[in-house]
Amino acid sequence: MAEDAALPADLLPAAFADWFATRGWAPRAHQLAMVARARAGRDALLIAPTGGGKTLAGFLPSLIELAQRPPANTPRGIHTLYISPLKALAVDVERNLATPIREMGLSIIAESRTGDTGAARRQRQRVKPPDILLTTPEQLALFCAWEGARAYFEDLSCIILDEIHTLHSTKRGDLLALDIARLQTFSPNLRRVGLSATVDDPDVIRRWMGFHAGEDAPPAVDLVLGPAGTPPIVEVLLSEGRVPWAGHTAQHAMAEVYEVIKKARTALVFVNTRFQAEFAFQELWRLNEDALPIALHHGSLAAEQRRRVEAAMARGELRAVVCTSTLDLGIDWGDVDLVIQLASPKGASRMVQRIGRANHRMDEASRALFVPANRFEMLECQAAREAIAENRFDGDPPRVGALDILAQHVMGCACSEPFDALALYEEIRTSGPYRALAWEDFEQVVDFVSTGGYALRAYDRFRRIVKGQDGLWRARNADTILRHRLNVGAILSPAVLSVRIAGRGGRAGRKVGEVEEGYLEALEPGDTFIFAGQVWRLVGVTALDVLVTPAPASDPKLPSWGGSKFALSTFLAKRVRELMFDQSHWSVLPADVREWLELQRDRSLIPAEDEMLVETFPRGKRHFMVCYPFEGRLAHTTLAMLMTRRLERMGAAPLGFVCNDYALAVWSLNPMDGVDLDALFHQDMLGDDLEDWLAESYMMKRSFKGCAILAGLIERRFPGAEKSGRQVTFSADLVYDVLRRHEPDHLLLRCAREDAATGLIDVARVGHMLARIQGKIRHAVLDHLSPFSVPMLLEIGKERVPGAAGEMILAEAAEDLIAEASS
Amino acid sequence: MTALARKSDPAPYAFAQSPCGGLEMEIMGAALRMRASGALLDLAHQALIVADLHFEKGSAYGMRGQFLPPYDTRDTLDRLEAEVAALEPRVVIFLGDSFHDGRAEDRLSSDDAARLVALAQGRTLIWLVGNHDADGPRRLPGQVVETMTLGGLVLRHEPEPGEQPGELSGHLHPCARVSSGRGTVRRRCFATDGTRMILPAFGAYAGGLNLKDAAFAGLFARPPLAGALGRDRVHAVGWRSLTSD
Repeated sequence: MAEDAALPADLLPAAFADWFATRGWAPRAHQLAMVARARAGRDALLIAPTGGGKTLAGFLPSLIELAQRPPANTPRGIHTLYISPLKALAVDVERNLATPIREMGLSIIAESRTGDTGAARRQRQRVKPPDILLTTPEQLALFCAWEGARAYFEDLSCIILDEIHTLHSTKRGDLLALDIARLQTFSPNLRRVGLSATVDDPDVIRRWMGFHAGEDAPPAVDLVLGPAGTPPIVEVLLSEGRVPWAGHTAQHAMAEVYEVIKKARTALVFVNTRFQAEFAFQELWRLNEDALPIALHHGSLAAEQRRRVEAAMARGELRAVVCTSTLDLGIDWGDVDLVIQLASPKGASRMVQRIGRANHRMDEASRALFVPANRFEMLECQAAREAIAENRFDGDPPRVGALDILAQHVMGCACSEPFDALALYEEIRTSGPYRALAWEDFEQVVDFVSTGGYALRAYDRFRRIVKGQDGLWRARNADTILRHRLNVGAILSPAVLSVRIAGRGGRAGRKVGEVEEGYLEALEPGDTFIFAGQVWRLVGVTALDVLVTPAPASDPKLPSWGGSKFALSTFLAKRVRELMFDQSHWSVLPADVREWLELQRDRSLIPAEDEMLVETFPRGKRHFMVCYPFEGRLAHTTLAMLMTRRLERMGAAPLGFVCNDYALAVWSLNPMDGVDLDALFHQDMLGDDLEDWLAESYMMKRSFKGCAILAGLIERRFPGAEKSGRQVTFSADLVYDVLRRHEPDHLLLRCAREDAATGLIDVARVGHMLARIQGKIRHAVLDHLSPFSVPMLLEIGKERVPGAAGEMILAEAAEDLIAEASS
Repeated sequence: MTALARKSDPAPYAFAQSPCGGLEMEIMGAALRMRASGALLDLAHQALIVADLHFEKGSAYGMRGQFLPPYDTRDTLDRLEAEVAALEPRVVIFLGDSFHDGRAEDRLSSDDAARLVALAQGRTLIWLVGNHDADGPRRLPGQVVETMTLGGLVLRHEPEPGEQPGELSGHLHPCARVSSGRGTVRRRCFATDGTRMILPAFGAYAGGLNLKDAAFAGLFARPPLAGALGRDRVHAVGWRSLTSD
C-alpha cells in the first residue's frame, strides 16, 4: 500500500511535467503518489528522509489544484494551510515555494505568518487571505479563537503538517490536533497531509493525525513511503587520548575534532546543552591556529546574532557551527558535509535527524562522527551507531491529550463563536489524542473554564464563559476574550533575562543575548563566565537584565556542568546493555574502554541484558550502593528518591545520592550488604511512597505552574502590566500549596500529577524497569569500589542533593552567619 | 549594591534559637519571638502580631475572571488559629492590610467570619489599618486603630522612613533569597537591625519583596538580619548571605 502500483499517466498537468523536465528532474514516485492520494480525496502521511523532495511532495497536489481552478468573481479563502513547528521553517518554505510558482508562472499567492510578521501584513492577510498560508500551531490557535474563524476557513481544502514527528507527542501537538478537528468542522472536505522523518512506528502518527469516526472505523490516513535514502556513514571517534571516566565536555578529544573540521568542507558540531556549546566553541577557538571561520549558535544568543550566523552559513562562509537543538530541524544549509555529535546522542532518532543535516541530497551518504565524552558514552555511541546502521529507531508512545490544553481550546472556541457543549465534545473526539475523552472529563473542563471548577462554588457569579438561554456557551465579554488571546499557545518559555553590557553608572547597554533565569545562579558579582563565545565579568543582576563587562584573557569560572537535558531513550539503553553483556562485541571499543569492562568483569560482574547489577561496598567512613538500571537520569532520580525513603526505614541511614543516565549511587552511614534487594526494588515502591514524596516536591510545583498557565488560571502577561517570571513563580507556588491543602482532587492538580509523572520524574519508566528486574537483580558484595562505580563517585559533589535541600541551604547560611560574625 | 553593603558590621546580632524553632531577640527592651509561621510574639504582653493577611485576595482576582483557588482566607485562618491555639495570646494584633480591598470583609464566607468572631473569644483583637484596608473591618469584633504602642514599641502598618527605634511594621512583605552552589531558596522573612523590625506577610497569597530591593534602603541603621521562615524554624541569615533576585 506504500506506493501506488500503477499511477495514471496524467497525474501531472503539462505545465508541471515540463517544469520538472526543464530542471532536469523526474518526479519521484512518492511525489506522484501524494498527487494520486489527493485526487482520491484521501488523507496521507508521507514518511521520507531529509532531502527527498518531501516538502514539494506535500505541496504538489495543492499547486496543481490551484493552477487548475477556474477564475472566481469573489475573493476566495485560504486553499492550503501549512503548519511548521518552527517559525524559521515556515519562512524558509515560503521562500522555497516561490521558485516553482514563479518558474511555472502560476498565479498563486503563498505567504507566511508568524509571531514576527508585521501588523500591516497580518491585517491584510485577514481581509484578503493568500491561497497558501504558512504558519505555526500557535498562530493557528489564535486564528481559531477569532470571531471570523468559521468563515475564514470555510474554503480550506488542505492542511499540511510538516515535521509532524516532532509535534505529535507533545502538548503543542494536542493543541494542533484540536485545531485540526475544528478546521474539519468549518470545512468538512478538508484533506490532511502529514510530512515526517523516518519514525519507528508510523501508525502512531497516522492515528494522531487522522479523523476518528469511531472506535471501529478503518484507519483514515494512507501511508506513503519515500525512498529509503542512502544509509549514513557513522563513525565513533576512537580517541588517541584516554577516554575519561566521567564528564560531559569531551575536552580530551577537542584537538582531534579540530583536525576533522579542518578536513571537512562545512561541519555542524552538535552538543546537548548550551553550556557544552559555549565550552566547545571556546576550546575550538583556542586550537584554531588557522583562524577557520567557526561560529556558535544556540537558543540563548540574541536573535540578530543567530540570524547573522544563519546567513553566513547559507552563503557558505563558515567552516563549522557549534550548535544545540536549535539547528535540529529542517532549514536547508546547503553545503554541510559532516555532522559531529559531541557527547552522547541519547537517542537514535534524534541522531538520524541531526545526521540528515549533512548532505541534503538523497544520493550521497551523510557523514557523521560521534565523539563520546566518557566511557559509558563510548558504549552508548557504539550502540547508536549500530542502531542507525540497522535502520532501527526509538519509538514514542501514543499520546493522550492533556486536559489543561483542552481547557485552553474550549476557551478559544468560546472566543470564536457560541458553542454547543455536546457538538464540541463530538468534534474533539474526532482528534487523535482526545479520541477516548470521557464526557465527565469534558464537563469538568468546561466547568473549570467557566468558574475555575472549585468545590467551593465561589465564582459562579463571575463566569468566564456563560451558557445562554439558547443552550450555547459564550465568552463573558471582550476583556475575557482579549486576555485569552494573550495567553494562547502550548509553549512555556522559562523567564529570561537579557545579558547586557554595563554602561556608565551601571546602566544597561547593548544586548548580548538572553539567559534563562537560574543560568547564572551560582555566580557572584565579580565572577567571570563564558557566554556567546566570550568571557564576561558579572557586574550585577537587575530585575530584567544581567549586566556584564568584557573580561578577555581571564580564566572563566564555569557556572555549571550539567549533563544532557535529553534522557537516554529506552531503546538505546537496551542496546547499550546488550553491547555490554556480549563480550564478543567489545572489539568495537577502544583498548582503554575494553580494559575497563574486563576489570569490571573480573572484580565485580557484568550483568546480562535483562538483569540489573547492584553493588555494595564501603569507602571511607561511608557505605555505598550503586545500581545500574540504564534508564536515564530522570527515572534514576525518581528511583533514588524512593529508594532513600525505604533505606531510611530499613535502618541504613542514607545520606545522599547521585544519578546519571546509566546508574545511581546512594551512600549511607550503615552497611547495605544485607539489604533485602527484592523488597527494596519491589513494585509497590510506586504507591504511597511516590504520592508522599511527589506532593512535596518542587517538580510538582513546576508542572503545576505550567498547567496553570496553559489552562488560563495564571496569565502569561496582563494587558498593560508585565509580570516578571520571578513573581509568577512565587504566586504559582502559593496557589499550589493552598489548592493542594484544600482541594487535592482539583482538575489542575490532576494535570500536574500526570505531567510530573510522565515528563519530570518518568514514573512510567521506573515502573517498567521495576517490572523488568523482578527476580533479576544481581548483587555484588565488594570490599572496595568497582570500575563501573568510579564515574558515579566522580559525580558526587557536582550534583545538587534534592529533597530537603532548601532547608539545608538556609541552615548553612545561618552557620555562615556565625562565621561572618566572628570574622 | 546599596550603601548598606559598604558599612562594616558592628557587634554581631544577639539572638537565640528557642526550642519551638523560633528566634528570640530584644528590641528596645521588649522580648520578641519570631515564629516559623511568620507571626511575632511579644512575650511580656502575650501579644501575637501578624502582618498583611490580605483576606479574600483570591476572590478579588476571581471577580476579574482569574479564578485563583478560593481557599486563601481559610488557609490563612487555619495557620492563625494554630498559632493562637499553641500560644494562647491575650491579644492578637493585625498590622494592617488584613483585607485585600475595601469590599473584602463583605466577601468573607459566613464560616470564615464566624471563625474570626470565635478568635476574639477571651482575647482582644486589634486591627491596625493599612493601605489596602484603610477603614478596617466594620462588623468583626475588635478595635480599629491607625497606630498603637506596646511597651516601648510603636506599631504601624507602613514603616516610616529613616531610623525608627522600636518600630514594628509590615507592608513591604520582606523575602530573603539565599543562593549556594546547590541551589537557591527564597523565603518570607522578618527583617531587623535590632532597633526596628519589619514582619513577613502572613496571608496565603501575599507575594514577597526581596530584602535587597531599593524599597528597604535607608530603613535600617546597619545591614539587617533576616529571620527566614523555614519549615519548622526561623533561620537567622546575615546580610552577606543574601542575594538579590
